[in-house]
Amino acid sequence: MENMNKKEYQRYAEQRVPKPTFLKNNTMAFVVGGVICVLGQFIRNWLVENGLDDKAVAAGTAIILVFLGALLTGLGVYDKIGKVGGAGSLVPITGFSNAVVSPAMEFKTEGLIFGVAAKMFVIAGPVLVYGVGGSIIVGILHLLLKKG
Amino acid sequence: MEFIKAFLVGGLICLIGQVILDNTKLTPAHILVIFLTAGVVLGGIGVYEPIVKFGGAGATVPIVGFGYSLSQGAIEGAKAKGVIGAFTGGITAAAGGIGAAILFGYVMALVFKPKTKS
Repeated sequence: MENMNKKEYQRYAEQRVPKPTFLKNNTMAFVVGGVICVLGQFIRNWLVENGLDDKAVAAGTAIILVFLGALLTGLGVYDKIGKVGGAGSLVPITGFSNAVVSPAMEFKTEGLIFGVAAKMFVIAGPVLVYGVGGSIIVGILHLLLKKG
Repeated sequence: MEFIKAFLVGGLICLIGQVILDNTKLTPAHILVIFLTAGVVLGGIGVYEPIVKFGGAGATVPIVGFGYSLSQGAIEGAKAKGVIGAFTGGITAAAGGIGAAILFGYVMALVFKPKTKS
């Protein structure tokens, strides 16, 4: 152990890192992600039945799922789903909601402005920067390519 | 049938995320940003639309779908109002989700205490 150089130690350490059980992780991610999307489909159908147009249905589904994600995060349930579901609970929009609420709760002690309000955007901030920024570029490119 | 499609498409997108998580050193935050950006790009070049048509909520509920609606909104805005629309369209289309995340996120963070991680 004492005679190891850096590289040998790295190899030794990597061997010791517990290997995630890939098959189980992948299956659970697929199932949990799938179930959340099926829930989304139920909400969508329900909104369509209530006579909302396409845009309102899309926005309404997002709003309801974000609400559910935030509520379950607050209750401590979403983290438990996350432990089982991995990316299955991360990738749906409820995971985005979880990424907003978790740090905001965590840093509540730092106050309402630099704690809750600022930390809400630790992960949501980058998401919005790339999402909104990217969408503007897409819109402008669309104009250039159509007119050019 | 549409529920099965939603399950399969949504499950598959999450599976891709899990494979990336397990095989790279990327964090969940990276996955969120990468998947959203992928949605913006795929939506921009028109590749994601058929997936949405087929998968329904299976394609729109994952964060990729959020990116897709941002880019679709920007394109629609650009068509209707030119450059100004390119700026306003994306965020308009995603406003519901963003607004909900801000309001509910803030309220939930105030109401609930963080659970000690076990």
